[in-house]
Amino acid sequence: MAGLLQVLLLLAALAVCWKPLGDHMARVYTTPKHSRFEKAVYRAVRVDPDAEQRWPVYAAGVVGFSFVSIVLLYLLQRLQPLLPWNFGRTVNPSVAFNTAISFVTNTNWQSYVPETTMGHFVQMAGLTVQNFVSAAVGMAVAIALIRGFIRSKTDRLGNFWVDLVRGSVRILLPIAFVFAIVLTALGVVMSLKSGVAVTNPDGSHGTIALAPAASQEAIKELGTNGGGIFNANSAHPFENPNAWSNLIEIFLLLVIPVSLTRTFGVMVGNKKQGGVLLGVMGVLWGGMLAVIWWAEAHPNGPLAKLAGAAMEGKEVRFGIPGSALFADSTTGTSTGAVNAMHDSFSGLGGGGAILNMLFGEMTPGGAGTGIYSILVMAIIAMFLAGLMVGRTPEYLGKKLGKREVTCASIAILAMPLLVLLGTGAALLLPGTGAALNNPGAHGFSEVLYAYTSASNNNGSAFAGLTVTNGWFQSTLGLCMLFGRLVPILAVLCLAGSLASQRKVPETVGTLPTTGPLFATMLTGTILLVAALTFVPALALGPITEALA
Amino acid sequence: MTVTTEKPQDAAPGHGHHAGRVSAGVFNPRQLAEALPDALRKLSPRHQLANPVMFVVWAGSLLSTVFAVSRPGVFTVGTTLWLWFTVVFANLAEAVAEGRGKAQAETLRRTKKETIARRLTEDGSHERVPGVDLRVGDLVVVEAGEIIPGDGDVVEGIATVDESAITGESAPVIRESGGDRSAVTGGTTVLSDRIVVKITTKPGESFVDRMIALVEGASRQKTPNEVALTILLAVLTIIFLLAVVALQPMAAYAGTLQPVVVLTALLVCLIPTTIGALLSAIGIAGMDRLVQRNVLATSGRAVEAAGDVDTLLLDKTGTITFGNRQATEFIPVGDATLAELARAARLSSLADGTPEGRSIVELCVRDHGLAAEPSEQERLAEFVPFAAQTRMSGIDLGGRQVRKGATDAVRAWVVEHGGTVPDDVREIADRIGANGGTPLLCADQDRVYGVIQLSDVVKPRMRERFGELRAMGIKTIMITGDNPLTAKAIAAQAGVDDFLAEAKPEDKMALIRKEQEGGRLVAMTGDGTNDAPALAQADVGVAMNTGTMAAKEAGNMVDLDSDPTKLIEVVAIGKQLLITRGALTTFSIANDLAKYFAILPAMFAGIYPQLGKLNIMGLHSPSSAILSAVIFNALIIVALIPLALRGVRYRPASAQSLLRRNLLVYGLGGIVTPFAGIWLIDLLVRLIPGM
Repeated sequence: MAGLLQVLLLLAALAVCWKPLGDHMARVYTTPKHSRFEKAVYRAVRVDPDAEQRWPVYAAGVVGFSFVSIVLLYLLQRLQPLLPWNFGRTVNPSVAFNTAISFVTNTNWQSYVPETTMGHFVQMAGLTVQNFVSAAVGMAVAIALIRGFIRSKTDRLGNFWVDLVRGSVRILLPIAFVFAIVLTALGVVMSLKSGVAVTNPDGSHGTIALAPAASQEAIKELGTNGGGIFNANSAHPFENPNAWSNLIEIFLLLVIPVSLTRTFGVMVGNKKQGGVLLGVMGVLWGGMLAVIWWAEAHPNGPLAKLAGAAMEGKEVRFGIPGSALFADSTTGTSTGAVNAMHDSFSGLGGGGAILNMLFGEMTPGGAGTGIYSILVMAIIAMFLAGLMVGRTPEYLGKKLGKREVTCASIAILAMPLLVLLGTGAALLLPGTGAALNNPGAHGFSEVLYAYTSASNNNGSAFAGLTVTNGWFQSTLGLCMLFGRLVPILAVLCLAGSLASQRKVPETVGTLPTTGPLFATMLTGTILLVAALTFVPALALGPITEALA
Repeated sequence: MTVTTEKPQDAAPGHGHHAGRVSAGVFNPRQLAEALPDALRKLSPRHQLANPVMFVVWAGSLLSTVFAVSRPGVFTVGTTLWLWFTVVFANLAEAVAEGRGKAQAETLRRTKKETIARRLTEDGSHERVPGVDLRVGDLVVVEAGEIIPGDGDVVEGIATVDESAITGESAPVIRESGGDRSAVTGGTTVLSDRIVVKITTKPGESFVDRMIALVEGASRQKTPNEVALTILLAVLTIIFLLAVVALQPMAAYAGTLQPVVVLTALLVCLIPTTIGALLSAIGIAGMDRLVQRNVLATSGRAVEAAGDVDTLLLDKTGTITFGNRQATEFIPVGDATLAELARAARLSSLADGTPEGRSIVELCVRDHGLAAEPSEQERLAEFVPFAAQTRMSGIDLGGRQVRKGATDAVRAWVVEHGGTVPDDVREIADRIGANGGTPLLCADQDRVYGVIQLSDVVKPRMRERFGELRAMGIKTIMITGDNPLTAKAIAAQAGVDDFLAEAKPEDKMALIRKEQEGGRLVAMTGDGTNDAPALAQADVGVAMNTGTMAAKEAGNMVDLDSDPTKLIEVVAIGKQLLITRGALTTFSIANDLAKYFAILPAMFAGIYPQLGKLNIMGLHSPSSAILSAVIFNALIIVALIPLALRGVRYRPASAQSLLRRNLLVYGLGGIVTPFAGIWLIDLLVRLIPGM
């Protein structure tokens, strides 16, 4: 009952924010006005904010910015001993490489223990900065794609730098600021000390780590990043002390992807277009929530049956519903924060979390990435649907020809390629067995989860898999990088192609994309693309576990 | 108003029979056997490379063969054989589709007899040259009983021509110099009289040559949509290839390394072989369905575009109404008498060979006792033909100029010559127009005699057909040279959405451009030389075979029956082509679910017994399960060949209801069918010893 109440509260909060935040974001990305602060930024980096870019230039901005960010973040970590608040902590090259890519690609996969690896300066000046801008990059790409749909006969998609700055300054910063204070009030730690010395009940002495957690926590969820300042992430009482903070964190990680559907609707001039995407996202999110919740509440292990619920690896203060809700939302949004050990989930529950990521992170997906991923899927769905109504396919008044299908296909192809080849190759290595906590099907699930999480820029970990060797650090790093940039390049190319087209007027012969039929078609396409590609892999891991 | 009941001379027999629904082509199982040699020839790797999906099957079959040879067994050999059958069946589908075209090409080729042409030399004498030596611009003489040596325009004379070799229509047609019925096609036979033809195409590039190339599929190129679909299918194939390649290390980790033949079988079952195998057959069959309706498309692109058409421009005359308007009444104005008007009307029409002109003379003969043939003196008159710019015609006789034509044109002409036009002309003309008739004003330079009423009759069933088009989201615009009032009345009677009245060729062009500017695709029919620019501008331009060579060159389709209403069917065929592609793609992908349920437990239940629960079809053994899935996958291709050739059933309906229906039939059906099919096949396969 309390669980259901949490879900209802969450949905109510999202419903309240959907319209104002969605409309606000639409304004942010469409107004011609620049604030004084923004003008100063543009002058400093020598960008003409009113010069619009063609897609290759926009893409070059995204890629260039990402690479510079990776290099800077790498150097920052490596130079930590020279920086303030380092507490004597150092970052080795492979961790620095993996982490730099991880935070720049909005993945926030963490192959290190934060409280013993990163000092406060690197956290705040490096990782937290990326938490803001990597989310803003995703949103910028989404907006560029939406512009592709609404513009016609132009090669201009907007200005990446303007979109990046506005997303960070006008959307992420204010919301994160407010919620950092709210979370502090709820008990999330905000401290520049390295920790407090404590005497344990048994008389031994120890240290409890402290960190500027609240400011990092808000953007960690809001930007669908997920990288914790403590190793236990949102399961740690200093990051997520109680049921209220838990609910707020879940709300934060959903609010931007959800509201972007409204932004999309407003920008394309038909709010129902956004509503139907939200509906599809909601159905899949809700469906997977039901699966995970049910699976965790009906455990099939003997110990869990004795306990009445699968509470291993879960925090008592969140319980099954709070953990299932968090797990569903974090895997559905490419956030990757966790408030429970997904490794301890039942076969079905853990499999649900994997499948949620394998949908391609669009239920509702990450900040920006969710909406552009589902739009790519909509293009594939409309290509088939369009054929079935006897017209060369179109979506939102744009014809889906060779170039559009090619771009959409590449965007979709990247993730399965990385997940399957990564998992397959890792299993061929003799060292993999040693890196696994568990043998058999569950061990397989651990490897599958790792590559799924990295390639989808989710960043959550099944744990159980020790990923600190060179192979995992580098391949997972590359999966994150390609899993991020390949779809982005394909999406921007797609946007360029759409923008150059003339808009086809709507007639009775046009298949409406606002009704339940389109929603069904899109849901089916998402399910089918994920299911058909990954059924064999899932069969050897989660399905085998679930059927045991 | 009089109703014309005469049968239109240009309407093809049987037009309207396919109305509303695209009917099925004939498919005979014997065609399968006939196409088998071709199907085997297509096993060459070069041919397979053109189709990424089937190339993977081909390569997989080769790999399995190597494996089967090294480790022969009932299962490996059986599975390998059926993998090869999959490739052969795909080739068969294409060969059957092409075979039907080849038969038609053979018939056409017979018309390409060696002809000897009589070329006119500069001094006016003839020289005999082989037809293949003719050059563009040559003038040739053709007399009764002779075969026209090449495509061209009649520049002198009038003749009846038997065009049955091209159109299949046995009734002879009239071909005459000037006007819109001047085009003749090489290979057709002159039945009477003598004509001089100016050759307009090089030998080898003639209409018949292009037809042969088209129906044989020799000049077939993938259409834009086909290319896009092929890319999508290729990407799906790559994804499944990855899934299967990555499965081996996963299986090895689980402790059950899979034989090559099993992995190949899984791969072939997963990739979209059904649509991959039938894709080119669907395209060829789509063109073929047009040819069966006596429409020749110069490219597959045009057929696809037809499915997308948003706006149909239809000429009123001959398309919406019966071609020939008839003079039904003379209405004198001012001080002119009825007899005066009749005499003037007859004079103005004596030399006018148009159906309207002839009908005016007929009315004079029938109701006013005037002579049908011109007198000696009248023969000396100079005929002033109708021109699109002047919009009137008549004769100059001595000092007298008699004209009839569009009321505003004649009015302006009279005023220009210092005459006056009685006030009641406008009222009479408006009344006639409002009733759907056409008023013609008849006058001397300075005296107006009165109004000739021509009446138009809308063809039956037009209103229903325009209703269907509206349901499909297609806007119909009627093009007419009539005044706005007349146009409005007929438009309302026929049920078209809009009309363009007093249309000059440049207006038509402007209208097409305007529609295209708004992103709409425009289709039109045309026959005259002045239609050529508009035909070229339209996205789908259907030229009438009776039309001029210029019109036929400009359009991207030619209707051999010269039936303008066929444009509606062309649209339906275009849509049907796309729907067939979409439906079979959906079916193909939906099939995969059942195949997983068959193959995955077969592969892994040995190591993880709980996966045996997925064997919901209760298949006999792992070997029988995999073999049954492969057999189903191959047989479904053969089973769907007739559908690919015939096209998915298409009825005009809204996009929503079309999608709902096709999703149910091909999506849901695609999920369910293989469960039943594989289960049934397994019942037989389990009887094979060693399964």
